Amino acid sequence: MTHRIWLTALTGFGVLGAASVSIAAEPSQVQRGEYLARVGDCVACHTAPHGKPFAGGLEIESPFGTIVSTNITPDPDAGIGDYTRDEFAAALREGKRADGSNLYPAMPYPSYAKLSDADVDALYAYFMQEVEPVADESPESDISFPFNQRWGISLWNWLFADAEAFEPSGQPTEQVERGAYLVQGLGHCGSCHTPRGLMFQEKALDDSDDSYLSGETLGGWWAPNLRGGGDGHDGLQAWSADDIVDYLATGRNHHGAVVGEMTSVVANSTSYLNDEDLRSIAAYLKSLPRQAGSEQEAPSRTSSAQTERLLTAADVGEAPGARLYLDNCNACHFANGRGAPQVFPSLNDNALVNADDPTGLIHVILAGARMPSTPKKPEALAMPDFGWRLSDEEVAQLATFVRSGWGNRGGEVTADQVAEVRKTLPDDLESSAPEFPSQSH
Amino acid sequence: MAKTNPHIDVVLIGLGWTNSIMGMELTEEGLDVLALERGPDRDTVPDFAYPKMADELTYGVRYQLMQRPAKSTLTVRHNVGDTALPYRSLGSFLPGNGVGGAGAHWNGHTWRPQPQELRLKSYVEENFGSDIIPEGMTIQDFGVSYDELEPYFDFFEKVAGIAGKAGNLNGELQAGGNPFEGWRSDEYPLPPMARTLNDTMFHDMAAEQGLHPFPLPAANASQAYTNPYGMQLAPCNYCGFCERYGCLNYSKASPQTCVLGALKRRENFTYRTNCEVMKVNLASDGKTATGVTYIDEHGEEVIQPADLVIMGAYALHNVHLLLLSGIGQPYDPVSGKGVVGKNYAYQMSGGAVLHFRDKEFNPFIGAGANGEVVNDFGVEQIDFGREGFIGGSYLNAAMTNGQPIRNMPLPAGSPNWGADWKQAVQENYGHAMTIGSHGSNMAYRDCYLDLDPNYTDDHGRPLMRMTFDWKDNDVRMTQFMKQKIETLSQALRPDDYRLSFKDFDSHYDVRPYQTTHNVGGAIMGTDPSSSVLNRYLQSWDVHNVFVMGASAFPQNLQYNPTGLVGGLTYWAAKAIREQYLPNPGPLVQA
Repeated sequence: MTHRIWLTALTGFGVLGAASVSIAAEPSQVQRGEYLARVGDCVACHTAPHGKPFAGGLEIESPFGTIVSTNITPDPDAGIGDYTRDEFAAALREGKRADGSNLYPAMPYPSYAKLSDADVDALYAYFMQEVEPVADESPESDISFPFNQRWGISLWNWLFADAEAFEPSGQPTEQVERGAYLVQGLGHCGSCHTPRGLMFQEKALDDSDDSYLSGETLGGWWAPNLRGGGDGHDGLQAWSADDIVDYLATGRNHHGAVVGEMTSVVANSTSYLNDEDLRSIAAYLKSLPRQAGSEQEAPSRTSSAQTERLLTAADVGEAPGARLYLDNCNACHFANGRGAPQVFPSLNDNALVNADDPTGLIHVILAGARMPSTPKKPEALAMPDFGWRLSDEEVAQLATFVRSGWGNRGGEVTADQVAEVRKTLPDDLESSAPEFPSQSH
Repeated sequence: MAKTNPHIDVVLIGLGWTNSIMGMELTEEGLDVLALERGPDRDTVPDFAYPKMADELTYGVRYQLMQRPAKSTLTVRHNVGDTALPYRSLGSFLPGNGVGGAGAHWNGHTWRPQPQELRLKSYVEENFGSDIIPEGMTIQDFGVSYDELEPYFDFFEKVAGIAGKAGNLNGELQAGGNPFEGWRSDEYPLPPMARTLNDTMFHDMAAEQGLHPFPLPAANASQAYTNPYGMQLAPCNYCGFCERYGCLNYSKASPQTCVLGALKRRENFTYRTNCEVMKVNLASDGKTATGVTYIDEHGEEVIQPADLVIMGAYALHNVHLLLLSGIGQPYDPVSGKGVVGKNYAYQMSGGAVLHFRDKEFNPFIGAGANGEVVNDFGVEQIDFGREGFIGGSYLNAAMTNGQPIRNMPLPAGSPNWGADWKQAVQENYGHAMTIGSHGSNMAYRDCYLDLDPNYTDDHGRPLMRMTFDWKDNDVRMTQFMKQKIETLSQALRPDDYRLSFKDFDSHYDVRPYQTTHNVGGAIMGTDPSSSVLNRYLQSWDVHNVFVMGASAFPQNLQYNPTGLVGGLTYWAAKAIREQYLPNPGPLVQA
């Protein structure tokens, strides 16, 4: 019960919040550790589907093979119960196991290197005292030569990971400084949002290099450019700090909604952050200037008004995709493509829609998408799947229309691209396809 | 041998509007709450998803979301001496099934009662004398006042994101709202819906006639909205698939869109679907409930011990369960003694269809609660002594849908089939609007619910029996409305209009759809000899049983019931939280 009340108070939602302010005001070290484990989203990688929290066993696909996450519960044999505080700190910051061997850098220790001692202490206290020990051994990772040679990672570490604690780097305000600490450190946002080099290393671990957080494609999904300083439409420039806070707290804002891998990050991590930390993160992202020399936007072939006129004309004629948009998308996203604030994502100027690689957009059209339920916005609003209804050619036409309408700047999508994405859909996809009488069983 | 589950603090019977709300309220108290829902689980996606839901044949005609009469129904007769026959094919009313219940497939008309309606018997006696109450009419006061319920109406409207315009803010009349309504502490949470052509024609004509038109209070969101639970509604796109359908657009207020996402996050809440409660179990002295017995999804009988039982099934099912469980004395129409099943009432409605050759109404642009209303002939406006009836109606013009199978009104004399019918459809589709009256229905000594002696359900339990017919008082009321609507119809100068109202030779007909506003049978009141529940919806006889829903209405309002049902639920929840839980026992001494 205490656990629930405390989380509720932190997020400022619900009737229990008011009653337990005094608990939240001075959280214990263990409670702070629990909160920090949320910030780091440890549970996301260290829990198998339907598995016990932190007991490991999640298979993470990497270019080098399948990495299986480890059991980080305090079980002395299967988990980290025997770790001293310093061994725990070395694992977090340097990727060193207690036996001295190296962790695979799927563990974001290059980011966690920035953790303060106090935060490491709190995390250690939480994992040792509060997490339920689980005695299940997680299976070994299946990594091919030469990457299965853990000594090789030492070399990689020497090249790419600098185990330096976070140093205040002259950020303009304490808030931005706090945001930088969270984003670069526990939040390890760069793991997905910073471009990677040939050796799969993040090209930058902090804002000393302006490739930091400038966006990366992962498994076909575009992890957007998060650099939001200055005016324009690059990265998060068009989002206000409040928009960023809303997005992280609830998975939705006036512009769009979370999709893909980020959905679970919001569900398990950012939606539990307190407002002050979220505002700090937003302030930091809004302080990062546009990447120098980043490509100027290609001009769009349409304008917002032009597309809206086409869709509201009595006859949309032969415009490829327009008819499909009216029959499938218009009910929620409307003729202006703007959807509705916090509920239906705007397609206009949307990062997923405009991404160079259309895989994410195609995936959403085929399989639908569901927002996470969060403490502040508990409704898991969903878009149904349209893959049962539209052919590859139709999805291609529709995606092309959406990517080029309302001033969007995305390129054409082909039926072959759609077919490729369709192959990756899981067999047990939740579908809204009607059961026609001939199919009933 | 029935399996026995571990004890739980609260068991909720049914998971529609009332028990979704109860789930929120009682989990906030830290209680462990379990809801048992007879039907399947349902959510917007995948169950109501676009475009599957926009299928009139499957959902509108074949009632995919409703209870199946073969699984659960009741018997119906007109008079005490008749043999009742089962309601085998859905028609007159449509009890819901599954999570969300009727709250998933309603239209969204969300009214508060008039203050006078909550104390109808006293109001009649004080203003017109008890002599005008006809022999056999058994109207009563609710036992709770409008002023007491106002904060709970207000909160329910905020939860459901009602779109409308206040007519009376804290006693100050507001232009554009209903000038006759009870006071409101706050404006509606959303502005009114956009008007369709029929709304505008009705509004302008009514104003010219010296009436007071205002927008129908709608649980169809006119804008994106976030409610006090953080739940969200999307702007309605006027697709016209509300009644009989789940909303495909997150726009219609329902347990799904307004409550359940928040409730499901609570660790002390669980729900089980396809679990049908057979009866409430009583302690040996019959004064307290010990829990419920239900049949689970595998057909196994399960005993669920609980400290508190909240009935939140459909109004008719609540009454059936009380009768089957032996809670309260069954009503006997001959002696007038007993209470359970007493004062079953329905809704008296009528209407006109107006055809205009030169108007395009585009009926496919509509919403369940889109409309304009006048309340000038409401219960609180009419001189019952002069007019010779007790009751009233609101009159409205609404454009709910343009669905082709059931909404193809043709002028009088049009053929019913063949090429000429097709020709008439082609000429007339989209050229008609309606004016409807939605009126009160009083309670009578011989309109009631009891257990049927002849028919049983698939579990071998007696079906419930409904004894009901139309009475002269209510026919006089609807004939009065017919005159008013005829005058208004003529003022719009249609090419043709057709009136449809009950007359003195009308009998209750279960075949055509009327309304799913079955009320009474487990009525609330001030005295255990004349009511099943006290003013907090608590059983007079078994203090840890509370019964939500319109089964508590001692007679029917002129309005759709959901606004009052929602308000009463929050009112009862507060009494449970603040009075009952600290000191369990009767909240009103008999």
